[in-house]
Amino acid sequence: MSKPNIRGPALLPKTPTGIEGFDEITLGGLPQGRPTLVAGNAGCGKTLFGMEFLARGAMQFGEPGVMMSFEESSEELIRNFSSLGFKVQDLIDRKKLYIEFVAIERSEIEETGEYDLEGLFVRLDYAIKKIKAKRVVLDTIEALFSGIPNEAVVRAELRRLFRWLKSRNVTAVITGEKGIQTITRHGLEEYVADCVILLDNTVIEQVATRRLRVVKYRGSAHGSDEFPFLIQETGISVLPITSLNLEHTVSRERVPTGIERLDTMLDGKGFYRGSSVLVSGTAGTGKTTLAAHFAAAACRRNENVLYFAFEESGNQIARNMLSVGIDLEPFIKNGKLKVHASRPTAYGLETHLATMHKLITSFKPRVIIVDPISNLITSGALAEVKSMLVRLIDFIKVNHITALFTDLVAGEFSEGTDVGVSSLMDAWILLKTLENNGERNRGIYMLKARGIKHSNQIREFIITSKGIKIVDVYTGPAGVLTGTARVAQEAKDEVSQILRNQETERKHRELTRKKQMLEAEIALLQSTYESEEDELKKAIDQEVAGEAALVRQQRKMGAIRSSDVTIPDERIRRQ
Amino acid sequence: MHAKKTNRTGLVAKKPGGRVNKMRWDLRLYVAGKTPRSVAAFVNLRKICEEHLESLYSIEVIDLLENPQLAKGDQILAIPTLVRKLPAPIKKIIGDLSNTERVLVGLDIKKNRNTPNY
Repeated sequence: MSKPNIRGPALLPKTPTGIEGFDEITLGGLPQGRPTLVAGNAGCGKTLFGMEFLARGAMQFGEPGVMMSFEESSEELIRNFSSLGFKVQDLIDRKKLYIEFVAIERSEIEETGEYDLEGLFVRLDYAIKKIKAKRVVLDTIEALFSGIPNEAVVRAELRRLFRWLKSRNVTAVITGEKGIQTITRHGLEEYVADCVILLDNTVIEQVATRRLRVVKYRGSAHGSDEFPFLIQETGISVLPITSLNLEHTVSRERVPTGIERLDTMLDGKGFYRGSSVLVSGTAGTGKTTLAAHFAAAACRRNENVLYFAFEESGNQIARNMLSVGIDLEPFIKNGKLKVHASRPTAYGLETHLATMHKLITSFKPRVIIVDPISNLITSGALAEVKSMLVRLIDFIKVNHITALFTDLVAGEFSEGTDVGVSSLMDAWILLKTLENNGERNRGIYMLKARGIKHSNQIREFIITSKGIKIVDVYTGPAGVLTGTARVAQEAKDEVSQILRNQETERKHRELTRKKQMLEAEIALLQSTYESEEDELKKAIDQEVAGEAALVRQQRKMGAIRSSDVTIPDERIRRQ
Repeated sequence: MHAKKTNRTGLVAKKPGGRVNKMRWDLRLYVAGKTPRSVAAFVNLRKICEEHLESLYSIEVIDLLENPQLAKGDQILAIPTLVRKLPAPIKKIIGDLSNTERVLVGLDIKKNRNTPNY
C-alpha cells in the first residue's frame, strides 16, 4: 500500500475522469493504476459514473477501457448511454471500449467441492489485452455475493482480484451498493483502500438531490464536503466548480443602477462591478421594476444581461415593464438580454443551479438578475436554498458578474430575508410600503452598501410611465410624509413660498419709501440750515462793519483830543 | 428435437438408444490450465458419467487459458465449472465435482433415471 503522502497531490499520479467538476474536487482525478470504490444506493448514478469514466477516458484521454458489468447487458448499456451522447457502439467498434457482461444466475449453479473465480480473471484479462485497456470498471461486483454460494471464496477472490488489478496497472472503478453501517453492503472498502467515493440520492422535502463525497483518498488532498451533482444530457456534473475559498479579486469599477437618483444615493456612481445586490420588499413594492431598470441600463451599456425569472415569463416581464416605460423588447431581440424563465418547482435546486451555471458559462453575462430568490424556497429546504445561493454567489463573484437578487419578504416591516442570505450580499436595497393617511406609498432605503458611502434617508419613489422616480420625502414630527400627504405638503410649501415672496417685496417697498422720506427731510433741513446760515452771516458782517466804524470813530475822536493811546489796527481788522 | 443436431466435438459422443433416446447429456467442463483441481474435476466427472449415464453423454473440456474468449458464452466465473448444455435447461455445477451426490442432483441424473435404489 502507498505510504502516506503529505507533500501534496503532485506526487500521486492521477487519472482524469473527464467528469465535469469531479477532477476539480479530487485535484486531478482517480488514483492512477489503482482501484477506486464508488458506493451508493440503487439509482444514484454508479453505473453512469463508471461508464462516463470509460467513455471520457476513451474519447478525451485516449485510454481504452473495459466495462465488466454484472447487472446490465451490453445492449442495455449501449442503449442507455447512447442517449447521453456517448457513442458507445462507435467506441466499441473502434476498440476503445469493451463491454463484458457477466451474468450470474444462482438458480443455475450447483456447488460441488472446491473452486475459485479464475474465470473472472480470465475474462477480464482477455478483455484488457484485447483493447489494451488502461481503465476498468466493475459494476457492481457485489453481484458475486448473491451469485456465488460460498462467501469465503468470493472474499478471497476479491482480495486477489484487487491485487491483480493493481499489478496490471489499470485504473479501476469498482461500484458497490451502499450498506447500512458500512460503506458498501459487503464491505468492499476492506479491499479497496485507496480511494472511496460515496454517491447519495437524498430526498428532502420531496426534492431529490444527488450528492457525491470523497470519503477517502489515500495520498491526496481532496474536497471533503458533500458535493451535489447532476445527471444531465451530457452525463454527470459535479457542482459547484467554484472557488472553495474567498479569494476572488474585486473591481473598483462602478455600475450605475439605471435610476439616476438611486445612483445619487450611492455616492453618485452606483454599485461596484461584481457585487451582489439584494432588493427585498413585500409584494408590489416594485422589485421587478427596479430589476428591469438595472437590466435595461446594463443593456444600454452594451453588456449582456441574463435574467432568471421564477415568477413571470420573459414576455410577461417585457409587457409589464413597457407599461412603466422600460422597453426590454429590443434588448431581447438583439440578444443583449436573455430571460430564462422557469418554475422553481419544475426541478430540484441543484438542477436550477446547474442550469444557471450552464447558462452563465455559455452566455457570459456581465449582469445577472434573479427574480426572485425567495421563490426557490418552494423547491428546497431553507438550508439547501442558502447553500445553493452561496455557491451561486461564489460563482458569479469569481466571474465578476454584477448580480441583482430580488427577495419577496412576508412581514410588513421585516428587515430580514426569508432565505437568510442578506449577509452574503454586498448591497441591500429595502423597498417598503409606507402607510399613512389611508394610502400606501413606496419607500426605498439603502440598508447597506459595502464600501460605498450611501444615503441614510428613506426616499419615496413613484413608478411613473417613465419608470421609477425617486422623490424627496418630507420628514416631520408625524414621521415621513409620502403620497398625497407629500403633495399637500408641497402645495403648502408653495403657498408659503409665495407669501414669503410677497412679504419681502412689501418690505422692499417700505424701505424705499422710508429712504425717500428721509431724503426729503434731509433736503428740508439742509435748506433751513442754508437760509439760517445766510442770515447769520449777514448779521455777522453787519456787526463787524459796525465795530470797524466804532473804532474809526474812536480814533477820530482820539485824534481830535490828541490822545496818547492809539487803537491798534488788529482790532479793526479782527472784527 | 435434437435429431438433426450435429454432435459437438467431444471426448465421447454416442447415439442414445431405447426409450430414453431423447435423454442425452451434453456436458462441457471449463478449466483454466492443468491445475490439480481441474484434473480432479475431470476425473470425477468421467467417473460419474460412466457410472450413471453409461454411454449417453459427451464431455467437452475447454481450457480458458487457451481459449479465454469462450468464457463469455457460458458466463463462466468459477473454475472449474461443469455446464449441462443438454438436456435443457442449462445447469451449472461449480467446483471440483468431488461431492458425487451433489453432482447427480445438479445434473438431475437421479430423478430422470428413476433409480431410487442407487
